[in-house]
Amino acid sequence: MSDRPQWFDEEAGPVVRPYALIRGRTRSSGDAFDLVATVRTIGDPPDDSGPEQQHILRAARNPISVADLVAELDLPIGVVRVLLGDMRDHGLISVTSPAAGGARSNERILKEVINGLRAL
Amino acid sequence: MDSVLSEDPVALKILIAGGFGVGKTTLVGSISEIKPLRTEEVLSDRGVGIDDLDGVESKTTTTVAMDFGRITIREGLVVYLFGTPGQERFWFMWDELSYGALGAVVIADTRRLTDCFPSIDYFEQRGTPFVVAVNCFDDADAHSIEDVRIALDLDDDVPVMLCDVRRRSSAKEVMIALVEHSLRTLASAN
Repeated sequence: MSDRPQWFDEEAGPVVRPYALIRGRTRSSGDAFDLVATVRTIGDPPDDSGPEQQHILRAARNPISVADLVAELDLPIGVVRVLLGDMRDHGLISVTSPAAGGARSNERILKEVINGLRAL
Repeated sequence: MDSVLSEDPVALKILIAGGFGVGKTTLVGSISEIKPLRTEEVLSDRGVGIDDLDGVESKTTTTVAMDFGRITIREGLVVYLFGTPGQERFWFMWDELSYGALGAVVIADTRRLTDCFPSIDYFEQRGTPFVVAVNCFDDADAHSIEDVRIALDLDDDVPVMLCDVRRRSSAKEVMIALVEHSLRTLASAN
């Protein structure tokens, strides 16, 4: 009987509130970024970049881990990954995965860590 | 091998696991600067009845944010600590967290020893080196390390140690034991 519009599923529009920064998406090319991957700024911020992108570009002038960026931006991990994926696709940053098992299988590094922990 | 590592900072991952309210946050905080990492999940009333608070009376809130700590060994060599989310509904994050990890610390509470079974199963199955740190809560009965080892059915080579996660020196001993164990595991594999 009601002639008011009823919204179902997609007709209700995208659910964007928690993810407004990334236009409601939860997936991007950045999904697979390891939390300890290294992010570096390699491009200049485009004119239309938002405050979060600019924040990332500033923070990553020196190499910084994904986890450190997440903590610094205080945004959910998934949101930061989408932002990073976009920025990498646009050539603004590079993201280097930790060499698979490289460091943890390096005896010299592990011994250095043990000595470093003892010296804390 | 060194050439792979020369350009990028070396980042090592250590996971801190164990049951809900066992002291993961405290351990990370004792040894490093700690910052929370926000995960996608928001705490909702789904936690009611799921988060079992028996024996952890003083814990009134749950940690939805993931604990994240950092120990800088030197410039270009950093150890990251990640507290694995304690509740089972966050288990989807474990695979990602444990990929490439140097090892794990499983914190046990002798009042609720079964709480750490899932963590131990997980790391045993994945072949991730781990140590068991028995957190000595004030009102818990003292148990010998051997009792705990038997109760947890651990392999002989898995280090078990008593600790007080509130103390930095104790947290340090646990970390050192883990890295030494990882080193031994590595040496025996080669």
